[in-house]
Amino acid sequence: MLEKLFLNHYEAAAVILSGIGLTNLLLQRNLIKKIIGLNIMDTAVYLFLAAKGYVEGRAAPILLENGSGGWLNSANLYVNPVPAGLVLTGIVVSVSVTAFALALTLKLYEYYGTLNIDEALMKMTQEQQELESKIDDAEEEVLA
Amino acid sequence: MNEEIKLIWQKFFNWVSGNGPRPENEVIPPEPPPDLPFTQKPKDKYTRFHEATLKERYNQWLEIHGLHIFSLIYSGLSVLTCIVIVCLLLATVAELPPFGDEKNPANNEVIRRYVEHGGHETGAQNIVAGLILDYRAFDTFGESAVLFTAAVSVLMILGVSRRNNIEESSPDLNESGQNFLERAPPVNFHEIRQDDSILRAVASLSIPAILLMGCVVVINGHLTPGGGFSGGAILSTALILCANAFGFERVHKFFNERTFIISSSTALMIYALSKGYSFFTGANHFHSIIPKGTIGNILSGGLILPLNICVGLIVAGTLYGFYALFSRGDI
Amino acid sequence: MILVEWLLLIFLIVCAIAVSISKNLLNSVIIFMSYSLVMAVIWVLLRSPDLAITEAAVGAGVTSVLFFLALRKIGKLEHNKDDENN
Repeated sequence: MLEKLFLNHYEAAAVILSGIGLTNLLLQRNLIKKIIGLNIMDTAVYLFLAAKGYVEGRAAPILLENGSGGWLNSANLYVNPVPAGLVLTGIVVSVSVTAFALALTLKLYEYYGTLNIDEALMKMTQEQQELESKIDDAEEEVLA
Repeated sequence: MNEEIKLIWQKFFNWVSGNGPRPENEVIPPEPPPDLPFTQKPKDKYTRFHEATLKERYNQWLEIHGLHIFSLIYSGLSVLTCIVIVCLLLATVAELPPFGDEKNPANNEVIRRYVEHGGHETGAQNIVAGLILDYRAFDTFGESAVLFTAAVSVLMILGVSRRNNIEESSPDLNESGQNFLERAPPVNFHEIRQDDSILRAVASLSIPAILLMGCVVVINGHLTPGGGFSGGAILSTALILCANAFGFERVHKFFNERTFIISSSTALMIYALSKGYSFFTGANHFHSIIPKGTIGNILSGGLILPLNICVGLIVAGTLYGFYALFSRGDI
Repeated sequence: MILVEWLLLIFLIVCAIAVSISKNLLNSVIIFMSYSLVMAVIWVLLRSPDLAITEAAVGAGVTSVLFFLALRKIGKLEHNKDDENN
């Protein structure tokens, strides 16, 4: 199995990177590090896709001239262009997701004053409990 | 009479903008105490620890140490899950065909079709550009729309200037100074130093070069590697450098929120209209009225060049918009 | 050539681990920036120059600038002590 993994070293690295990103997402308590972990998972998936499209000894998917004014369009000369198109879409979408997540993180920091998700959750529940108790008190006063 | 109308209008405006005066019986919660339950220790329970029964002891112990134990179990389980997933995926990877093999099932007849007929069907020398802007142009349209939507959402979340203006114009909102929603102080915007002569000199030398590079990458997108996305990102870095070196006011003169919205939506509309014609002319838009040109010329590839310019405009505006919104809260 | 590939892949994995164990947020963002740059080199090795240009401009440029701006707004760039929020 290890020899086969050495044959597929790009894919193995992509899988390990995505595992590290997932661990980051699960274990980190800091929101910015969580976002970086998400980005690492993104790039791992792109690496896997592009590695599956690579063929040894072929050129990049840009048509080459054949010397007499024509174009070499034999499929045996170029690597797979489909993963490149897919990944190009993915990179731009991951930038949008990163920007949106960072904006939400900044808003959360502005409100709770912390980047740690545990402290933010704690403050949130505390706030809710206080709000509920206040409402109960007000209701009792109105009833009395 | 006139003043009544004015009052009603003011109330209506406040209601629309969500900033009306609060009703009198609404409860304004006070500041939460600075201590968190993490740091608080239930002292009286702790002192009576020796007198309690076994079950009470267990409950008290759980109350004190429970969160810690939970976090330990959580981290252990998550590491275990990740290791299991990685091992499963590695076992799958070991069964895949070797890296760089010609007989990889991914290199099937689809690729042959794209490479052998892509040249004269789309007129683009760069097969990837022909792929994403001709064969799968709707995909790229959705991607541009995602980018534009993200920029608009960040504008909604972080855009501060207009909201601050409304709050200043209605001072009754902050009467007691203890408004619930305004508890935390707003994040301060650090001013960028404007008197950095080295930065200015380097920027004035390099901004034209960066702009030229971005334009070349966008316009040659169907001939060389690159295209709308990478060229737009390079253009946006030139804008960011300009804003950093010469201040936001310089950029604001020719690129503000209004121009951003107008240029991006116009580019999106042009994209949608020029690619939507295949709905009316038939399923395959291979035999369109737009000439393909000869492969390798700058005016070739049918619609790929204008579509690249549209995408480049959207990307440049959006990425600069992200920068401006994150640094000062306004485009 | 195969040695360069192995070096780059190992560098990627080391970067990804270093991002998660670094205590300082600024350090992790800079490490992530170098990760994106090495990823751009790997795209060139995999014969996809379109991806290389996009990753170098977007991943290593704009995304890192966004992270830096977020850190500046939070105020983590002023004092260089390790953050306790980790």
